[in-house]
Parts: sequence; structure tokens; C-alpha cells
Amino acid sequence: MSKENSTHNLSIYVANRPGALARIAQTFSRRGFNIESLVVSAGATGDFSRMTITAKGDEAGLEQIIMQCSKLVDVLACREHTDEEVVARELALVKVAVDSHQRGEVLQIADHFRAKTVDLSEKSIVLEATGSSEKLDAMVDLLRKYKIIELVRTGKVIMARGERET
Amino acid sequence: MSENQMNGAEALIQSLEKIGIEIMFGLPGGSAIPLFDALYKVRRKMKFVLVRHEQNAAHEADGYARATGKPAAVLVTSGPGATNTVTGIMTAYMDSVPMIVVTGQSVRGMLGKDAFQEADVFNLTMPIVKHSYLVKNANDIPRVVKEAYHIATTGRPGPVLIDVPKDVGTEACTAGLEAEMNLPGYKPEPKGYAPETIRQIADALAKSQRPVIIAGHGAVLSRAEKELRQLAETLQAPVATTLLGKGVFPDSHKLSLQGLGMHGTAYANRAVVECDLMISVGARLDDRILGVPSQFCKNAVKIHIDIDAAEFGKLVKPDIRCRGDAKTVLQDLLPLLKKGDTADWIKRIDGFKKKWPMTYAKKGGLHPPQVIDALNKLTGGKAIMTTDVGQHQMWAWQFYRCDKPWQFISSGGAGTMGFGLPAAIGAQFGRPGETVIAIVGDGGFQMTMSDLATAVIHQLPVKIILMNNHYLGMVRQWQDMFYDERYSGVDLEGNPDFVELAKAYGILGLNLKRAADIPKVLKKALDHPGPALVNVEVVHHEEVFPMVPPGKPLEETVLCHPRRKPGRPAGRKNDPAKSGAKKG
Repeated sequence: MSKENSTHNLSIYVANRPGALARIAQTFSRRGFNIESLVVSAGATGDFSRMTITAKGDEAGLEQIIMQCSKLVDVLACREHTDEEVVARELALVKVAVDSHQRGEVLQIADHFRAKTVDLSEKSIVLEATGSSEKLDAMVDLLRKYKIIELVRTGKVIMARGERET
Repeated sequence: MSENQMNGAEALIQSLEKIGIEIMFGLPGGSAIPLFDALYKVRRKMKFVLVRHEQNAAHEADGYARATGKPAAVLVTSGPGATNTVTGIMTAYMDSVPMIVVTGQSVRGMLGKDAFQEADVFNLTMPIVKHSYLVKNANDIPRVVKEAYHIATTGRPGPVLIDVPKDVGTEACTAGLEAEMNLPGYKPEPKGYAPETIRQIADALAKSQRPVIIAGHGAVLSRAEKELRQLAETLQAPVATTLLGKGVFPDSHKLSLQGLGMHGTAYANRAVVECDLMISVGARLDDRILGVPSQFCKNAVKIHIDIDAAEFGKLVKPDIRCRGDAKTVLQDLLPLLKKGDTADWIKRIDGFKKKWPMTYAKKGGLHPPQVIDALNKLTGGKAIMTTDVGQHQMWAWQFYRCDKPWQFISSGGAGTMGFGLPAAIGAQFGRPGETVIAIVGDGGFQMTMSDLATAVIHQLPVKIILMNNHYLGMVRQWQDMFYDERYSGVDLEGNPDFVELAKAYGILGLNLKRAADIPKVLKKALDHPGPALVNVEVVHHEEVFPMVPPGKPLEETVLCHPRRKPGRPAGRKNDPAKSGAKKG
């Protein structure tokens, strides 16, 4: 992947106010950054939210976005994290069409990726998998051999290792 | 509701007064009636000015702030009332002007249901406000107003919008006017730099033999004119000012280069090209002053001082970035500086000034710079001048000489035509004893001239100098120079008789058609105790020079039309003015 168009992990700590998400999303869209995934959840204390955003774009544009997000009145911190600095996780639910002959093979794949079977019917199976985004990509790729009826992923969440702040 | 209990609307008006808002510009409508009712009932000292169009309300608040340094408020209704302010809000946002805009809104239960005059103003304005609020509870109002004022006026100033649903205005506010702000993420940081950064700047300045200072609006807003002058005189460094920085360093000072950039002086641009160090004090280094951003000061050390960290590297990558308030930074920096030895550099710059002086044509009709120059002489450069946007704006910037900040008021970043008249009205409210002159074009003036009524009602003695060339002149200049004279959509045929128009409003209207009459007519307007309009019939074809053609670096500043010699009248090819009957 070229430097101009690499994927970046951003973590934004933001006061939980109406419009905060829209302001942040606008900062990205105005500079032509495409948000690949966005996770918003409650922070450690109730009045704040944690947003994890992965987005593709060039380095200079990213620096601008970080500074422009940081200056938003509701934003307490906006940081970029490399993959090495953080623990990153994502969860996927995959619904695969399987008949009784295919079920065994699919379960084998699930087992390899430590995915859980969370729903099973005569014609389908729903797997739940957790891990790095790359691991989930690999699993989904293998499952494409079968018919994937539905796929939903939470998007990446990250947390800085050790004492460092996310 | 008991008698001494306030409703939300009353809390809003009282909170604005309590925080120190002295004037409010606005126009009512259905959703704003409770707010206007509160104005009627509880307003004490705050002045209210009824405008004729909401855009003007925002520009008037803007002009007031740029003349006084104090924010004003805007009060309009929902839907179209609010959307009409959008241009004014954007103008203030682009130029870092503090403002509080209060918009009425549909009742809470109707939000998002396409109610009559409902517009999602909170989201519509999001990219052009510093911050905004949609108030859902009357008890939040005192806090919201306090926060809005704080946000608008600190750090890099800007407009803040407060959207107030009608039923929030009418519900009881029991919170009381004393409120605590709750802004955990807001960090204006006037001193967001390390002492080490100041040391680095001082070291770089000590090494420089050809320094140039660029001063912008940030230096004005932080009231750093004294420190800036000390910086220039200590370093013996020339100072170029941006459009919005005009006056923060005296135009008459021997170290002044006046303006730089697309229509800056040739000597300012040359100095920037040849410098070995550029220090920007409160300028955001935008595309209109850079020429080609990658070529700008490419061999010089670049130091960028700005209160807004997001300005660093936006177009120009600085070698030293210093986040902080201009005045604070300079106060820390000045004790570390030694007297600069730049005699050779200053001599070279004086040579540039002699080689490429700012001149203008005086023959063959009436030329706008002549009029600006005459105003300069008649007012001693002491009048407050506002402008519209276009050729007349650039001539006013080039030829009006002012030695003080807060005096030249122009829409820079937004380039909003129609800004001049309402900005002058706002400025005159802010500084009632002073001469306020609006330099406008016939194009821009017709966009906002409805507020002539406001000038008349309040007998504001604003002087409107209308540079009437019957064209949208700046676009015509570009079509002339870069589009092979294909004049498209620039002929303002159908202009009214502006003198009769002024008279219809009860304003002194004067025509100025001959150069010989300039002092007499201008003096008559300036001496008139009330508002006055001078329709100046200037030559139809005239270009602003110097000019850095679009897409060219500052090195390629041109002094005259590339296809014509100076003094020769401009071409008439494809001239629509010739084809139809036309006043003039």
C-alpha cells in the first residue's frame, strides 16, 4: 500500500454532546478522507465517548485532520496510533448458507479461527469471530467459497498498550 | 409562571446583556417572536437594530466587532431567516471574527418533521461556525450563552450559533443567570509553546541577514501592534501586511512594505522572494498571498506564529511553528533579540520601492485609485474604511494609508460581495464619533443596499463611495487577461440611478464624474452630518496591478497588462457595453 493512501487508526476522546459525531465526520469528508470504519462507545466516565476511526488518505491530509479534530470544542484528544502501539480488535458476525454436507467444512474453518457458532439452522450457520481485522479478513475470504448471506463487522477498536493513553 | 420567574427567551436576552453584549442586529419571524417579546420586556441596555435582510444583520455584527474588538449578537428567526445569515456567518468564520448568532427554531416536537420555516440550521452551519448549540432545555440557556461568548472571543475568535426552539423560549427557566461553563475539550492555549521554541526563533532571527515579517489579522486581534513594531525596529526587518492585517504596522513606517500577495506591492513580493527568513505573525498564509504555495519562500527559514495549530502546514510547511497568541509570543521573544544589522537589505528594499512605486493612471477619465488617494488626504488616513469585494477593494487596500489597526474592514477569506455597506453600519454603531467610509462597487452594493434604511433610521453618517464602472470588474479583469476578453456575465446593465436611489431613502446623493471635482464632492459628502452616497462614474475598463497571475509564484508579479502598455485604454473586443444602450 502506498504512503499516499495508507490506512490510519485514529482515536478520539470527545465530550458526549449532540453534534460531536457530525462535526468529526465533516472534518474527514471535507478533506476527502474516506472513513472505513467508525466505532463510537461510552468512555470510562459517562460524559465522554471514545471514537475509533480507521480512514484512508495521505499523511499531510491526516495531520491536518488530526489538528482540525483537536480544535473542535468537544474534542479532548485526537491521536493517531500505529498498529504496533495498540491492541486492536474487531468482531464479525457471518451468516453462511450451508447444507448438511457443507456444515462440517464450515465448522472446521470456524474452529481454526476460534469463531463461535451463535446460530444454527437447517440451511444456515452464523459464526461470531473476534480478533485483528486481518484475521477476520482471512476467515471471511475462506468462507466466500460458500455462500455468505450476510456479513456484519463492528469496525476496529484500539487501545494503547501499557501506560500510554489511547 | 410567577411574575419574577423568567422564561427561556428572557433568560437568553438577560444572559446576553449580563455577559456584555452591547448591540444586537436582527429581524423577527414566527419562531423568534418569544425572543423578540423578551427583548421588549427585559432588555435594559443592549441596543437592538432592525435590519432589512438577515445577511446584513450578520455583516453589521461583523463590522461592529472588527471596529471595536467586541462581539455583537444577531437575532433572527428560523428557516429562511436563519439561512439568510449563512453568508454572514461564513464571512465572519473565514476572517476569525467573534459573533453570537441566535436563531429561532420550530418547537421541539416538530424538529425534523419539515414544519413551516423549519431548517436544520445547527447542521447547515456546522462547517462555518466555531461552535454551535441546539438548546433543548430552557435551563441550559444561561450556561450556553456564557460558553458561546467565551468560545467566540478566546483563542482564534469566531462565530457561535445558538438555535432556540420556540417552546424552549417560552418554557420556564429556573436555573438562574449564574452558570458554570462546562467545556472540557476547549483549549484556546494563548501560550501553547515551549520556552525552547522562543529560543529557536531568536536564534534563527539572529542568523538572518534578510528577514521579512508578515503580519496578519492575528496580530490585530491580539492587539500586538506595539510588540510588532518593536520586533521590526529591533530586527530592522521590513513588514508586509495581509489584507486583514492592514494597519497593524503603520503603512507610513519606513520599514513598511504595505500589502503582499496577488495584488500586493511589487516591492513586498520581491522582498518575500529574496528573504532568507520569513516570520509570520498571526497570518494564516492563505493562497492569495502565497502565489504558488510550494514556491513560497522556498529557500528561506519559515517561522509561523499562530494561535490555531491547524494553520501550521496547511499550505506552507514551517521550519519553526509556534502556537500562541501573537502578543504573548512577541513579548516573550523581544527580550532575546539583538539589534539587527540589515542595512544592505533595507537599502536593497528601498531600491525596489523606487523601482516599482505604487502609481496609478490619472488621465483619460476618473480612476478609482485617484478617489481613494483623495480620501486618504481628506481624512488624514484616520477614517474607518470598509469595502466590498473586487477591484475597488484591492485599490482601497493598495492606496488607502492607515497607521492603525481596527480601521480597515474587508471580507478577506470569504470574499463576500455586499459586505461593505452593512459592515460600515456596524462599525459606525461601534465607533459613533468617527468617520466611516464604505468603498463599494456597483455589483456588491446592489446585493445588500436594502440596509440604507438602517443607516437612515439611525442617522448613521456613513459615507458610501460607490465605484461605478458598470461591470463586475474583477471578473472582467480575469476574463480580459486570462480568457481572451470573453466577457461573460459581467455587464451590469440596468444599474439604477444611484443618486436618485439615495434620495429615495432620504440620503444625500452626489454624482462624481470629473477628476477635477474629486476633492469638492468628497468633501461635501464627508462634511454632511448624515449618511451620504457618492456615485463615482469611473472608467469602465481598468485593471488592478500589480498582480500575481493565478498559478504563478510571487516572482512573476506583473506590473501592467501583458498585452497592453500602461496608460493605453483597454481593449474593446467583445465588449458588451458597446453593443447596447447604456448609462454612464
